[in-house]
Amino acid sequence: MTPDDSGALQSRRQFLRRLVSSGLFAAGVSAAGWWFYDRRSATGTATAEVSLPDFRVKNEPACMSIVHGSDRLESLRRALKALGGMERFVRPGDRVLLKVNAAFAVPPILSATSHPDLVAGAIDLCRQAGAVAVTVADNPINDPAACFALTGIGRAARQAGARVLLPQKRYFKPISVKDARLIRRWPVFYRPLENIDKVIGISPVKDHHRSGASMSIKNWYGLLGGQRSIFHQDINTIIRDLGLMMRPTLVILDGTVTMVANGPTGGSLSDLKRTDTMIVSTDQVAADAYGATLLGKIADDLPYIGMCRRAGLGTDDYRSLNPVVLSG
Amino acid sequence: MRIVTARRVCQVFFFLLFIWFCLAATLGDAWWQLRGWPINWFIQLDPLVALGTVLSAATLQKGLQWALATVVLTIFLGRFFCGWVCPFGALHQFMGYMARQRTKTSARVRLNTYRPAQAVKYALLIFLLAGLIWRSGPVAIYGLQIGLLDPMVLLHRSVNLVLLPLAGTVLPGPVSAPRFYSDAALIGTVFLAALLLNLYVPRFYCRFICPLGALLGLIGRWAPWRIHKTRDPCTDCRLCESNCEGACEPKGKIRISECLLCMNCIGDCHDGLMAYDSGSAPAGIQSAADISRRQVLTAFVGAAIFWPVLRLDGNAGPGWNPKRIRPPGAVSEEEFLRRCIKCGQCMRVCPTNVIHPAGLQFGMEALWTPVLMFRLGTSGCQVNCIACSHLCPTGALRPVSLAERQGTGEFESSGALKMGTAFMDRGRCLAWAMGTPCIVCQENCPVSPKAIITRERFEAVPSAGELIVAGVAGRRVPLRGAALAPGRFAGGDYFCRLEGLDPSAQQRIIGNDKDSLHLSAPFHSSPPPGSRLRILIRLQQPYVMLERCIGCGICQHECPVSGKRAIRVTADNESRQPDHLLRPNEYL
Repeated sequence: MTPDDSGALQSRRQFLRRLVSSGLFAAGVSAAGWWFYDRRSATGTATAEVSLPDFRVKNEPACMSIVHGSDRLESLRRALKALGGMERFVRPGDRVLLKVNAAFAVPPILSATSHPDLVAGAIDLCRQAGAVAVTVADNPINDPAACFALTGIGRAARQAGARVLLPQKRYFKPISVKDARLIRRWPVFYRPLENIDKVIGISPVKDHHRSGASMSIKNWYGLLGGQRSIFHQDINTIIRDLGLMMRPTLVILDGTVTMVANGPTGGSLSDLKRTDTMIVSTDQVAADAYGATLLGKIADDLPYIGMCRRAGLGTDDYRSLNPVVLSG
Repeated sequence: MRIVTARRVCQVFFFLLFIWFCLAATLGDAWWQLRGWPINWFIQLDPLVALGTVLSAATLQKGLQWALATVVLTIFLGRFFCGWVCPFGALHQFMGYMARQRTKTSARVRLNTYRPAQAVKYALLIFLLAGLIWRSGPVAIYGLQIGLLDPMVLLHRSVNLVLLPLAGTVLPGPVSAPRFYSDAALIGTVFLAALLLNLYVPRFYCRFICPLGALLGLIGRWAPWRIHKTRDPCTDCRLCESNCEGACEPKGKIRISECLLCMNCIGDCHDGLMAYDSGSAPAGIQSAADISRRQVLTAFVGAAIFWPVLRLDGNAGPGWNPKRIRPPGAVSEEEFLRRCIKCGQCMRVCPTNVIHPAGLQFGMEALWTPVLMFRLGTSGCQVNCIACSHLCPTGALRPVSLAERQGTGEFESSGALKMGTAFMDRGRCLAWAMGTPCIVCQENCPVSPKAIITRERFEAVPSAGELIVAGVAGRRVPLRGAALAPGRFAGGDYFCRLEGLDPSAQQRIIGNDKDSLHLSAPFHSSPPPGSRLRILIRLQQPYVMLERCIGCGICQHECPVSGKRAIRVTADNESRQPDHLLRPNEYL
């Protein structure tokens, strides 16, 4: 038993030793207090903002092709061939993100989501063009795992050799898009965009009760996180902001079957109409302007198209691009 | 191999199997997902679940016949289930073992001495079952409550709703995705308490609480094979009791109903006097459970009074909580309460995490039964999913087909299964109360044709006031003395109407400066300077179509009014409950 424990008188040496260790302890606590001291109160979380790069192929004029036919894959191949092949857009060594529309947990036959065959076909074409990695991603509205499973996109993409990225909280980063009104400090599904050279959007042509149509530009809505449904209060502005946020390499707008009613969810074959059209364009505004015709509309019926044109995002006069039109 | 080693291997195997079945209860077709794994097997092996549901619902649900195997084996072997199979028991045993690494043998012997309080579990068993004596025809009137304490059910509930979600928060992965469960805190507390009680007395739950153990003790009391001492008197060293899991006093007249067949005494006796066989037991055997007639009567009468008390709150009757939205396939509420054991299998398998254990706001009788909560979860209840109804081990959710759920094929005439109905809260809806376009609910409605329709309305924007045309108005309309925020009306939802003229004489505004408006097209006849203008906003105000709405809650989940949603589902008009119908002859 040490003298300390027995409560006996301390020797001077013991006393000094204790004094030093007490002093160090007190100094340590004070230093910790100093280290954490904050003279202002909480200021909220300041996070670095990032913006997305421009994914368009440099020094290439805008181009577009429209192919009529009932076979999606065939139409896609012909449409790309008409533009000089996927090789014109995807270079060897590129890493490609395919932004699909997997918004709802419904089977592909309901055409509410990108068709899995088309997704697989696009992945094949990217890989043939030399892409070293293809990522397929979306932040759907329904449960993500269920969406990728039921739409068939998950399996199709994996089988075609792509990586499927489902959203997780830590995959989002706040973004402020230059000139955008609504996408300010807003969480965006950023992980799939990291280390990516090219971005291709694949979406079906759908009726949309609020904005009139959901096509190529609206497809980027699936990159937004947070309580994004508040953007529906200003739907045309958010679609324009999405156009500002994402300048894709290419959009593939699938009008083989168009959801002409009950959009954007559909849910019945009677909501669909066979329109046998595949649109591939580097100008997403032009693609949507043509897509509108499949819904029996014109570009002027969709205010966001004019807003995108005025924002310099593309042309609503798709004819000015001299699109290659191939019939079935 | 020593018998004790065999028992340990067996326990570890069944524990891992249990965890595996919990993990595999996820929707999908990968090998580790729900594709034929008998994930309800432990519940089905449980004679208390079988007995309870037979007593309350008067049927033995498919799958629960497995319990017969347990019963038959117990009749011959004694409580092998407790000592060798039960994963909850294994957990308790492990806890007790870890906690007593440094406890002296004499102290362990004291801990493992029989206590009269071990009779409480028989009383609890009687209490849980005796409430079912109130009958209406062949079935019980009041709900089944065995699941509160049944070890298989309690463990399933705890693993499904607490441990796996906890693993998901720490280590999110495909099997253990992060999840919420509304009453997880309470369920977790009960689980933790059950585990920590092992620090007080080993296998506390098994000895004092477990109603399944009590039932098996009663069934196994005449077991021809049993643990016993082969010679009496012995040296009275009591080593046989140093690790006795059941506190069944193997030293003297062994209490068969308490013996868990842990077999520790066989290994611990230095003289090799303990045996598990059908031989004679010179010290004698106590096969009856140590519960007095008075205790039985108290438990019985207590339950007979308490079960009707549980229903006095009216939740199962006219006071039903409108938020009590049961999963698709749920049978009518009274039958549901007779069958649901609160195991949480439906909540675990639900791909969208929308099924939750009910808290006390749904009545004590319905505690931890499944209800849908649309603010939690990753989506509402998906119309293409029928997983929970096929997984329910006791038929509280009856298996429904997709055709029945969606009202297609042979179910065309009866219509889709309805879990409830969405109601607009016009005081909170942006389009109704705030003059703001939205219709997120309408867009997300998965029913075809949509169960939410919209009415188009043009409402004057009060802040814009009345504007006066200042000059020649073409596509650009100059305004006198206006001070508009540039771009304020550029969103495509704003229109401009001439006062006093035909209301159809309006044009869409595509942009504005401080003192002019840009229109998508000029007015049909150009308004003279001095004409008055109003700016209108185009609203689409949502309505719910009662006959189409199925109560899936996707609209509620997506509603941007994220606090108290502006569209909310209540159980009104649910298919399973004719007295909740909102329209006459809806299902005729």
